[in-house]
Parts: sequence; C-alpha cells; structure tokens
Amino acid sequence: MYRYDQIDQQIVNERVTQFRDQTERFLRGELGEEEFRVLRLQNGLYVQKHAPMLRVAIPYGHLSSTQVRMLAHIARTYDRGYGHFTTRQNIQYNWPELARVPDILADLATVEMHAIQTSGNCIRNTTSDQFAGVAHDEVIDPRPYAELIRQWSTFHPEFAYLPRKFKIAVSGSLEDRAGTLFHDIGAQAVLNGAGKVVFRVLVGGGLGRTPILGHVIHDELPPEHLLTYFDAVLRVYNRFGRRDNIYKARIKILVKELGVEKFRAEVDAEWAHLKDGPSTITQAEIDRVSAFFVDPTYETLPVVSAAFEREQAEQKGFANWVKRNVFRHKQPGYAAVTLSLKKTGIAPGDATDKQLDAVADLADEYSFGEIRVSHEQNLILADVKQADLRAVWLRAKSIGFATPNIGLLTDIIACPGGDFCSLANAKSIPVAEAIQRRVEDKLGDLDYLHDVGDLQLNISGCMNACGHHHVGHIGILGVDKHGEEFYQVSIGGSQGLGASLGKVIGPSFAQEDMADVVEKLVGTYVDLRIEDERFIDTVKRLGIEPFKTRVYGQKKESAEVDNV
Amino acid sequence: MSKVILDNVIVDDDWARVTTADNDPGHSFTSATKIIVPLKIWQARPASLEGKAVGVWLDGADDPASLEADIKTLPLIAVNFPTFKDGRGYSTAYLLRTRYGYTGELRAIGDIQRDQLFYLHRVGFNALAVREDKDIEAALKSLNDFSNVYQASVVQSSPLFRRREAELSAASTP
Repeated sequence: MYRYDQIDQQIVNERVTQFRDQTERFLRGELGEEEFRVLRLQNGLYVQKHAPMLRVAIPYGHLSSTQVRMLAHIARTYDRGYGHFTTRQNIQYNWPELARVPDILADLATVEMHAIQTSGNCIRNTTSDQFAGVAHDEVIDPRPYAELIRQWSTFHPEFAYLPRKFKIAVSGSLEDRAGTLFHDIGAQAVLNGAGKVVFRVLVGGGLGRTPILGHVIHDELPPEHLLTYFDAVLRVYNRFGRRDNIYKARIKILVKELGVEKFRAEVDAEWAHLKDGPSTITQAEIDRVSAFFVDPTYETLPVVSAAFEREQAEQKGFANWVKRNVFRHKQPGYAAVTLSLKKTGIAPGDATDKQLDAVADLADEYSFGEIRVSHEQNLILADVKQADLRAVWLRAKSIGFATPNIGLLTDIIACPGGDFCSLANAKSIPVAEAIQRRVEDKLGDLDYLHDVGDLQLNISGCMNACGHHHVGHIGILGVDKHGEEFYQVSIGGSQGLGASLGKVIGPSFAQEDMADVVEKLVGTYVDLRIEDERFIDTVKRLGIEPFKTRVYGQKKESAEVDNV
Repeated sequence: MSKVILDNVIVDDDWARVTTADNDPGHSFTSATKIIVPLKIWQARPASLEGKAVGVWLDGADDPASLEADIKTLPLIAVNFPTFKDGRGYSTAYLLRTRYGYTGELRAIGDIQRDQLFYLHRVGFNALAVREDKDIEAALKSLNDFSNVYQASVVQSSPLFRRREAELSAASTP
C-alpha cells in the first residue's frame, strides 16, 4: 500500500497544527460558529445529536494492520469503544469530545492517516473497488490512480469551496464494484481498441434527493490526462454550478440543466488549455506510485487445495461461509475474505476496539498485514491462502465477524440514521435489526436465506441517501410525516455497470410494519422466480406490480394511505 | 487608514472602494484618487472616472473574460467574495492569472478571513483585504500554514510529482 514520504507526512502534520489552532480559536470565541462549522466539516467533524462525530478518511478503503490498531486505540481512548464503517469506505466515531479532536488527528497522523476533506463542500475521499489488485476480473489496478487523485485533491486551493460536496470513484475491473455510476465523477478503467488502458469518465451521477446515473463524457481518456481533465470538470462546476439552492447545487443538476453535450463542450473548451500542461501525470510518477501496489510475495500453489475442498465437504457451516464470504482471487490458491459486519443485533458497519485489534492480528497472520473496507460496510482480508481459510473462519467466528451473509438479505447497508445523525428523518438501525430478526426467527434457518440468494437491501434515514437506498434491490428511505417516522420502500435498484434506480412501490409504512413488508416482497419473489433468477431479475422481468399487490393487498387498515 | 496584505506584507490601503449604489449619473464618487469600481461602472466608463487611477472589481458571476481588453493596463483587479463559502472567485483569479495573463495587483475583497488566505494566495491573489473586524497580523501568519503542496495552481505552477522528479534527476547528475 502507499506509504508517506517526508513531504506527505509533513503536510498531514501541518494540518493537525492548523486544525488545533482553529479549534482553540473557536473555543476561545475568536472564530464564529458558522466560520468554524465550515472549517471543521472540511476536517470531517460534524455536530451530531449526542456529541461531535468525526469521520476519518480511509483512502480507497485501504488500511494496514498498524492503522487498524490505531483505529481501535482511538475507539477505546476517545470514544465509547467502537467505530462505524461508512458506505464511502471511511470510519466514523460518534462520541469524541470537540476539544480532544486535535489529539485524535495527531494520533492518526502517526500512522499516516487524517480526516481531511471527509465532509464539507469540497472533493471528498476517493473511493474504489475493495478487491482492487486481487480481483480475477481486473483490467488495471485502480489504486495508483486513486492515490494520485487523493494527492491532487488534497488541499486543492481552487476547489475547497465548491457549490456542494464532490465525490470521485475509480474502478479497474469488468464488474463495477465502486459505484462509478452514482458519483460526481466516476472513472472506469477499460481496454481500448488498441489494447491500451484508458478511462471512461462519467459525470453527474449521484443519489440523494435527485438520484441520477452518471453520463459518459469521455470514452477513452488516457490515464496521464486524468488530473488535467478533472481540473477542467471541477473548474466548470465551480464557476457555473448553482449556489442559490443547496438542493440544486450538485454537479448532476448543472449537467442536467446544461445538457450532457453542452457540459462536455464546456469541459473540452477548458481542458484544451490544460491538456499536456504541467499537471499531466508523468510515467515516472505513475511508476513511483504503482510500486507501492505491487503484489505481495505469493506462494506458488495449485488452483484448488484438496484440503480446502475436503473441509468444505465435511463442514456445512464452513461451506456456507465460503460460498458467500470468499471472493475469487487472481492468484491460484488464494482467496479474498469478506468479514461480515452485519451480525443481527449489531448496527451494520459497527466494530468494537477489540474486534478491530483482532482483525489486525488476522491480517498480520494470514493476509500480509492489510485490510480493506468495502462500501457495503464490511472488512476484507484480500490475500488469504485457501489452506488458511478454515482457520480464518474459526477466528472470525470467535469475534462475531463470520456471519455467512455477504450479498444476502441480511447484509444490510445502512446509515447511522436517527439514532445518531441530526440530518435523519427516521431511524435506520432498528429497521435493519427487525428485518434481520425476522429472517432469523420466522423465516427459519440459513438455508432459506441462501435459497433467496443475492439480495441487496439498503436503508437511508433521510433523503441524503448515505445508505444508498436508490440502488438497493430493496431500498428503504426514512421519511418524516407530521413529526412521525415512516418508511418509503422501493424495489429494482441495483449497482454495477447495469446500475438502475429503484421504483417506489407506494405509500410509506410505520416502523413496526417493515419486517412484514420485506417478508412479503421476498415471498413474492420466491413464488414468481424462474429457475436461477435473482430477486432483482424477477423485479426487472415483472415490474413492481405483483410485489405491490402482495404488499398493499394485505395491508393493515391503520397503515398510511397518502404517498410521500 | 485601513490595511491590506500586499505581497506578504501589511501595508496601508490607499484604494477606495466604490459600490454600485454610488453609480448615480454624474456622481463624482469620492474625492479619492485611486478607486476600485464594479465591473458595471467600468463598462459604462462615466466621465467621473477621468483623472483617477481606476481598478475594477468582479463579482462571483462576472466573467473574467470581460476584462480581457484591459488586462495589460489595469493597475488593480479585485474579486469580491460575498461570503467566504462562495468559492467562484478562486477560479476567477486562476483564470485572470493564467488564461488572461494579468500581472498587476489582484486583490481578494469581501468576506476575507484568515482561514482562507493560504488558498487565496495560491490561486494568484497577491493582495488580501482581510475583513476589518479581523486581526490582520494574525491572519498574515496563515500564509505559512503549509510548507508544501501537491497540485499545481498559480503560486507553485508545478505539481509536487514534477518537483520530486526534478530533485531526483538533479541529485543523480554529477
């Protein structure tokens, strides 16, 4: 993984000093509430319901075991013993004390970490594929480019006060696991006709209040031009993006209002001045950064280990876990393991200090000391030998991270919701738990869950869509109706290259109805599916009607009738 | 007299600012001999500008291209930040310095505070009119908040990776 040199380290250290001074000035009353608000947000610090919330950057979801131990230390020392992994591969702490935040940042800096630009109207932490570098379907390792983008965007002087937040995702595989279609900029590495790696650049995608899939504005951008091209996109956005209405300020609205062609023309006109200029990435720099992401020293192993096959045959629990939580690796004899942070009764994405320490140990023993975070809010050990999988499984079980549910109904993506977030209209965590419990209690055993198969359920506590509900096969959105919490349900959303936005099935529901609603949706699918169809395939084939009929046909009298 | 940071030094500000409200026909503005007028007044070129040193200020929505014809002769261009959160002026400054080749005094005016100065300086403002209720001496120090930067802009037009490479090749040359 990327390691700081003396300059990288100094920049992060200077940020700690700067933020300490800003915090002290605020506490002394020299800096106003609103002025400090903007500064603290650019450093990931929100004021929440109970306490400030600090969001720490995990660039493209990569961590060393040393960094994970530091995250555990911070949870223990400054918080209540846990942290929450987010849908943008970051980690949030919900209970820090404002005056101690500079100390947290100083601790983070000792392990090459920071909270720079994890919030505010600036370029946010760049995200990528959690399987980058190990995926069997990879065209190019996106991490060197993600790192180059991280550096370019860090303290970019021109784009710190944009109309609104700006999110960039980079993907390097055939399958898009980075959500490039719903980012302000999505960059997908592809091979062009000449067999060269180029980026397909999408712009103006996003969820939130106005969900839109991104539009392709460049089909074949050579990698060396990424930064000059992004400068051009950002400059057009900074100058012409709307600033009169916070709900219309994202770049997607500008692209929509200008039209894709006109927007592309504006970007091209600007880029003509920048292309081949000093910010063109040199081959030497691509080589320097790529050298941090070379393969670890893999052993030469057979494609399939006989012992591994036998262990699966002998132990169903292990086989179930392998089926769901183990991802195919490019290297024969290796596998990428997803540790599930979606155990029933635990808020999706939460991890305690003890669990984090245990994960760091696992990574050191079995996966070259590295850990990744997925936007599905799980943790990944990317380079585990097949022969070690059973040992990893047992250890993961002992810390509660081996729920065999990756990609299944209970692998719920959820924001912290109304329990913590002051923006939320409704709670997310209890809804996730009610659904998980229903699956466990009423729908019976694990076989049922595995039989239902791939089903992504996403919950957002408000319009801001941190739980990415629009792209959930089942999406749940918390809404406020006359001061009460209700939930709007959509189906048919999906991620990946064929991404689609879900359609709302009808009037919203009370919290206590949500497990029933999900059970009916899943029941409809089980009854109507053909052969190996996944839930999303059935919805795409039949539309929302049969699902709607099942849910509302049996709906209780007391339920809400007007649509939100 | 109010103060302004000019080329990293705090100096007396001898420019008077004229707002659009002062734009009555025949208004003589002010007795000041050095005035900064809004783009609209500049474009109207009223007779009252004669005999004065005139600088022009642009608002966030004003296109810097409007001053292209005057870029060689204007002694001062100011860019107004109605609030420090409105970042359009950063791009305006960048374009004036790079695209239009403006080399005179480029001044940030409006809601200018300490915590934005580092960025303002980098995009090409060499004059910073810190809000009068703020401590300009303390603000000046923030220009040294960071000792290095990653990306290219006006001040430091070479990205860090090119400078690293130049250093390496210099070091390897006997």
